[in-house]
Amino acid sequence: MSETEKLANGVKSRDARCIARAISMIECGDECSGSLLQMLECSGPPVLGITGAPGVGKSTLADALIRHYRSMDKTIGVVAVDPSSPITGGAVLGDRVRMHRHYTDEGVFIRSMATRGAYGGLAPASMGAIKVLSAAGYDMIMVETVGVGQSEVEIMHLADVVSLVLIPGMGDSIQTLKAGIMEIADVFVLNKADLNGIDELERQVMDFIHMSGINDNGSMIIKTVASKNTGIDKLSEAVTEILGRKKCR
Amino acid sequence: MGNAKKIKVLVAKPGLDGHDRGAKVVARALSEAGMEVIYTGLKQTPAMIASAAAQEDVDVVGLSILSGAHNEILPEIVKELEKAGMEKTMVLAGGIIPGDDATELKAKGISEVFPPGTALKSIVEYIQERIS
Repeated sequence: MSETEKLANGVKSRDARCIARAISMIECGDECSGSLLQMLECSGPPVLGITGAPGVGKSTLADALIRHYRSMDKTIGVVAVDPSSPITGGAVLGDRVRMHRHYTDEGVFIRSMATRGAYGGLAPASMGAIKVLSAAGYDMIMVETVGVGQSEVEIMHLADVVSLVLIPGMGDSIQTLKAGIMEIADVFVLNKADLNGIDELERQVMDFIHMSGINDNGSMIIKTVASKNTGIDKLSEAVTEILGRKKCR
Repeated sequence: MGNAKKIKVLVAKPGLDGHDRGAKVVARALSEAGMEVIYTGLKQTPAMIASAAAQEDVDVVGLSILSGAHNEILPEIVKELEKAGMEKTMVLAGGIIPGDDATELKAKGISEVFPPGTALKSIVEYIQERIS
């Protein structure tokens, strides 16, 4: 058996070191990474994208969602992306900090990735990492993008459900008129819903939905306080509903 | 940038010690030297650090400790890393660690101990010279 085959088998039996090394191989563009990816069958678990501006609570929301899904006994693979420096190429990857209570849980695998010059809000090897985690048999994959501005929309090509996290106080209704990130959301998560301005934010997002001619059955806007686990059940229900709807299509 | 192999470092604060200014300064310095630094936060147990290092597939684990518990907790982390299949990982320590303790820790699998006053450049160079 070749080394690559051994690695692929290790991934399939959910060996943490094999999963980690497989992702590194893809990340470094190792010459064997192509054949490795071919060996990994994809079971196709749902991929949940979490995107939004820096500091809106994406990692904290991911942490709360992991906890929610773990309580339902689902295993979770997480890909968390932070930016590489355009000057030095280095990076400080800090998403993991918010998820520390899951570090020793064998049902959770968290991998941080740096953007390494990519501009769409993800890392060049994010797709490969998702494939490895899928092959390892995790029940759900979460992908957290870098803190995005308006036009980093790469996540729409990778995720089955895109959740856009917004918080109060980020701008008036003109912001919701603009093209880009607002258009790719399957669900709008209005986080930090205990802050002033949450009602105005909700009105703006509702306006956006109506203007876009989207037929919302009420599940598109979810208010959360991720740090207090508030609204996470509702978000999970919405995600399930959206996944069901997309499958039917 | 792009696909080139990057040096990956996990920076962690083991044990009950809430002072992370030093860890953050070192994390920043390593990233400015082009490394990818994963910061895992405060109050980490040896098992948490080893598991994070294994999942992130890092080359180096940097431990900042000011609590005085280094003789206990640092060798424990080396053991946990071995258990997690990370026996080849370079383990570095920094913080308030007396010279005699440092000698002992180095015999127990810590590659180097950087005391207060260490120039950031020397930490960067130590890693760069040993990790290709």
